[in-house]
Amino acid sequence: MSFLDYFINALFLQAGYNSALVAVGAGLLGLAGGGAGAFIFLRKRALVSDAISHATLPGVGIAFMLMVALGGDGRWLPGLIIGSAISSGIGLLMVEWITRQTRLTEDAAIGAVLSVFFGLGIVLLTIIQTMSSGRQAGLENFLLGSTAGMLISEATTIAIAGALATAFVFMLRRPMTLVAFDPEYAATTGINVRHIDLAMMGLALIVTVIGLKIVGLILIVALLIIPPVTARFWTNQVGPMIGIAAAIGGLAGYIGAVFSAAAASLPTGPIIVLVAFGFFVFSALFSPLRGGLASALRHWRFQRRVHRRQGLLALARREPIYDGFTLRILRQSGMIRPDGVATLRGKTASQKAAHDEARWAMARRILPDDSAIERYDGLTPIEDMMTQDQIDEIDRVIAEQTGAPA
Amino acid sequence: MIDNLITALGAEFVQLSLTPIVIGILGAVACALPGNFLLLRRQALIGDAISHVVLPGIVAAFLVTGTITAVPMMIGAGCAAIVAVILIEIVKRLGRVEPGAAMGLVFTTLFAAGVLFLEMTDTSSVHIDVQHALLGNLESLIWFDAEGWQSLLDPVALATLPPQLPRLAVVLVGIVLFITLFWKELKISTFDAAFAEAIGIRTRVLGFALVVVTAIAAVAAFDAVGSIIVIAMFVCPPAAARLMTNQLGRQIGWSVALAVISAVLGYVFAGYGPGWFGSPYAVSAAGMIATISGIVLLLACLFGPQRKRTGQRAEA
Repeated sequence: MSFLDYFINALFLQAGYNSALVAVGAGLLGLAGGGAGAFIFLRKRALVSDAISHATLPGVGIAFMLMVALGGDGRWLPGLIIGSAISSGIGLLMVEWITRQTRLTEDAAIGAVLSVFFGLGIVLLTIIQTMSSGRQAGLENFLLGSTAGMLISEATTIAIAGALATAFVFMLRRPMTLVAFDPEYAATTGINVRHIDLAMMGLALIVTVIGLKIVGLILIVALLIIPPVTARFWTNQVGPMIGIAAAIGGLAGYIGAVFSAAAASLPTGPIIVLVAFGFFVFSALFSPLRGGLASALRHWRFQRRVHRRQGLLALARREPIYDGFTLRILRQSGMIRPDGVATLRGKTASQKAAHDEARWAMARRILPDDSAIERYDGLTPIEDMMTQDQIDEIDRVIAEQTGAPA
Repeated sequence: MIDNLITALGAEFVQLSLTPIVIGILGAVACALPGNFLLLRRQALIGDAISHVVLPGIVAAFLVTGTITAVPMMIGAGCAAIVAVILIEIVKRLGRVEPGAAMGLVFTTLFAAGVLFLEMTDTSSVHIDVQHALLGNLESLIWFDAEGWQSLLDPVALATLPPQLPRLAVVLVGIVLFITLFWKELKISTFDAAFAEAIGIRTRVLGFALVVVTAIAAVAAFDAVGSIIVIAMFVCPPAAARLMTNQLGRQIGWSVALAVISAVLGYVFAGYGPGWFGSPYAVSAAGMIATISGIVLLLACLFGPQRKRTGQRAEA
């Protein structure tokens, strides 16, 4: 079976029980990560989740050692998840405490917690490696994630926790939105901003600890950051943005897991991250709202309009035009002949432009507070931005001043 | 006790522990120095981002050159760091997102690409792997040919020093030179970028130069001590120093001292600590150094004389 066949089979969950399990688990994880990450992104605290994810490592180590000391199998996933949740919770509280109690800024607190907890975790891992008891193999897999030989119980744990996190996102969406956009106002409506902030980060924590097994603790933060950044390209509204972020996260998790099932030797975490990045690149280029192509097109159109307008005004004032781009635009639109003399069409258009310019100049004098003046970009015809009554008034004043009959 | 100390610092110490300690100190100080400015400019996490992209850099260098010699690897890692900084800037502008999110997006993607390249190419025969990139191999940088303290004066033995040591020393000298030469400019642009711009300092160029210096420090130190120490040393000693004083010069002095303390104590605890508990095995020196620097920072957070913001009262 070729790679492609296998990939397509796996995509429709036909490639065996285990890979279907992993794919669904990774999809749910991405869903929860994208949704929770959207709020953290809007609150501008994306990298706090990096501190949280690195801070899981000591918990994994201690949980393993405790479980072995109690005579159990050190690799029991729920136990490791609880341990990692406790230690990353401590890490999160440390970030909060350092930021509130000392003069250090949040980024310094993040960097400190991230590196120190990770260092401590590595120390514990080296201790575990020397332990005679316990089946120590496999803890390093939490660094980069590994789905090979995942157990049904582990997949179920991940699926349940992912569903829980998604439910929490749904329940807390209103206070979290409010806090993300306007913490001061949220506080006046009686919301405890600090608690909501902690809840937000708690969600990131849940996603992180359940993602350890699949994506690994170094890259899990990508599932919280890349989907919301990508979703931001497609909408300016909170509700849709969360939905899109969750969908992108879910798709990235699902496709990435399927892909790595088809190419068995490749680690799952990096592939999921790169799939998510693919969504980002596509959005950054092709989104009609803020994408690179759309922006470039808008810029190009605007530039043409400015040159056309300035060229027409110059024609009306009988000034020579030197700018090559302006000349080219005027020539292409048939406003001037190749020798630079205005055609009939050009004369009409230039008179209209000059008339429009004069009306705008008068509008600025007699209606200085009108909202259209504020919004005027120097190009739009006055008919598109003001009412007929206003334009009649402007024309009347112009006629009065030039002495011609109204 | 004294006898213990003398045996502890005897020929075996020179052979097995002296070079790792010195390399640890050099790496820690090389990272802590630029870390001071990053901290004050609220760019502390640039160090984090850079140390993540070192891995794709060395993998790319390996794919291009096919060797694992140090120089192409360091060039590759340095290039990756600069590419990452530029990408972060692009994502920030294009997506109009906060720097943290842009950073997180770029470094996770590059790191993922690095891991994937590593897995896809046949690098099992050569000595690069993710663990090595994260942990370094401080313990293995021993000085085979040393026979005791007198070897420090023996040119033949000195020639067999681990190459990381002179490399880090050169980098450290370069960083010290950069900071002394541009002391005034760095200081002004760090505290008041607008004023610096007004008196003709090219703040953007200087900011980029600082990032490049950071990248060089990260790459040189990473080879010897691994990413964890690099991130920890960029942040922890300068942050602790920030809580000790209000003067930049003194802050840098403090940060260097704290970095040295962390490196020495961390190495000693990692190497000899488990023995005090009756375990014959040593633990990861890189992890221990990072842990000690965290404890130092914690103490500074609790007792540092300047730990509060100006105007912030101690909470009752």
